[in-house]
Amino acid sequence: MKKLLARREIVPAVLILLALLVGGVTQGHKFLDLHYLLDSTSLYVEGGLLAIGMTLIIISGQIDLSVASNLALVACVSAKLTEAHYSPAIAILAGLALGTGLGWLNGVLVARLQLPSFMVTLAGLAGYRGIAQAMMGSKSAKVPDKLVGIDMAYVPHTPIPLPLAVLIVVAVVTGLILHRTVAGRWIYAVGTNAKASLYSAVPVARVTTGVFIVTGFMAGLAGLIINSRLGVARYDDAPGLELDVITAVVLGGTSIAGGKGSILGTMLALLLVALIRIQMGLANVTAEYQLLVIGVLLVLAVLATNITERLVAKRAMHNSR
Amino acid sequence: MRPKFVAGRELGTAVLLVLVMIAAGLKEPRYLQPSSLESILLWIPLLLIVGVGQMTVIVTRGIDVSVGSMVGLSAMAVGLLLRSKPGLNLGVDVLAGVSTGLLFGAINGVLVAFAGIPPIIVTLGTLSAYRGLIFVISHSEQIDANFIPAALTKWSSDGPITIGGVVLPWILVIALAVAAGAAWSVKFSRTGRDIFAYGSNPEAARLRGIPVKRIQFLVYALTGALCGLAGVLYASRFGFVNPSTAGQGLELIVIAAVVIGGTNIVGGSGTVLGVLLGCCVLGAINVALAVLGIDETWQQLVYGAVILTAVLVDAVVRKTGKGTAK
Repeated sequence: MKKLLARREIVPAVLILLALLVGGVTQGHKFLDLHYLLDSTSLYVEGGLLAIGMTLIIISGQIDLSVASNLALVACVSAKLTEAHYSPAIAILAGLALGTGLGWLNGVLVARLQLPSFMVTLAGLAGYRGIAQAMMGSKSAKVPDKLVGIDMAYVPHTPIPLPLAVLIVVAVVTGLILHRTVAGRWIYAVGTNAKASLYSAVPVARVTTGVFIVTGFMAGLAGLIINSRLGVARYDDAPGLELDVITAVVLGGTSIAGGKGSILGTMLALLLVALIRIQMGLANVTAEYQLLVIGVLLVLAVLATNITERLVAKRAMHNSR
Repeated sequence: MRPKFVAGRELGTAVLLVLVMIAAGLKEPRYLQPSSLESILLWIPLLLIVGVGQMTVIVTRGIDVSVGSMVGLSAMAVGLLLRSKPGLNLGVDVLAGVSTGLLFGAINGVLVAFAGIPPIIVTLGTLSAYRGLIFVISHSEQIDANFIPAALTKWSSDGPITIGGVVLPWILVIALAVAAGAAWSVKFSRTGRDIFAYGSNPEAARLRGIPVKRIQFLVYALTGALCGLAGVLYASRFGFVNPSTAGQGLELIVIAAVVIGGTNIVGGSGTVLGVLLGCCVLGAINVALAVLGIDETWQQLVYGAVILTAVLVDAVVRKTGKGTAK
């Protein structure tokens, strides 16, 4: 029991129960309708994919603010390609390649040139969306009918929407890599102490570039899914999504200082953010007020982990005496 | 030994400014006429005031992405005050704006310095929280132009000096005065030097007995106060305050201006003169885009490119070892 309470995922898990309870009481049966909840998850799959990549990046001690802009650019480029009568397969591949490539670019600038990731990816945040905006203007590009409607598709014989299934598969695979392979341990090592890792022959630059590449790929995948869900691509797709994503990762117990965190925690926290957003939506809370709540949540989440960590450290010191 | 004032980075920025203006002027002569020059001058004050604060934050190895929201929040606070108490002395309104900014900057400062949360996380959170707060205090309503007194909007249209048909507006004079004060204090005051000492080597600064937490708190609180002042100038310049557009996205422009002005993004060095030049460059580019009829959708791309270029230049300078800490 004690071990369970000490796990970092416990905070979001408890909060989820609380959110479910509050939602159930205030919103009644609509909120607790399983089909409604499952269908609502499709809105959060893109953020979820980005959050999986972001978890790796934050564990490795970096940050990526450009994820939502990367997603929007991929969405626009792949929709433009199909509008220009390229085959959907090419548009999909190009989208994934573009997302991955932009992630690689971030990674190289951070890992090889030793630039601070918040600054590099801030440039990406403005630049990638800027390219999309310059390309599209205020117009939108139509996604061909063949590629539309992934959120209306279900895993055969279940009520699970396809995007959710994609998210779960990606989460499980990434989780296994992170928690069960050498490469995964390297990510923790780099985040805990980059210098010590370097001296221990961990390929630090490659690990750092790697996590950005993975995140770029996720942004590409998410860009294609959002296209399929919305049917049109616009430069202002997923505005400010990086905030939700970072909030979810931090809320899930991933240490912003690097070296600690888990995919499970991120997924639980994402579920929590989604539940809060769904509830606020049902209660007609406007988008701007939601912004306030999510922003405060992010700061409180970090504050709470900082405080508990200090308490735990104090107790550990006390016990060792 | 070169004289200090031509220290590489500012010179580079100044050259860039001249190049931008010549290129745009050659392509479209209208660009060098008083009206366009005036719009460039109007671009600078907000950027400069916020930029000076942002520079001190970046010097301490931090970042503040919440500045746009703080400007908006302060502008809204001033707007609400103007609407509810129209006859008030303008000095009170200015004070209200600055205090609003100071309060929210101080919240950032406490979270960064005393709670130990990384600046990017704190200010990313408050970027959205403060923006949400603008909607809360304004009930999502715009402060319309008729509530902003002419005495305030005049600060942007009138000025003490006119050179060749170009009016130097009061808001620019205010901004330059703030910048001059800041330039003096970062160079010669004890606190100013402590900011740079902390940015150059936080651990060494702590060991030397510099109150590092107080310094960190101070730069964020100060940036907040400057955003508050910028909020007042915002109301003056635009003549209305809209909850969603006031200060929206300003953080990117300000960071671009600060880094293009030669502020080292890994901390420890930066000058107010550089920030001023950076603001001029961005103002010049922006007005150039408008005059040349380039769609304003390109602006965001320009900011991104500018930040990235400055970051890359920094990296190159550091690799070749020519960068000197100041």
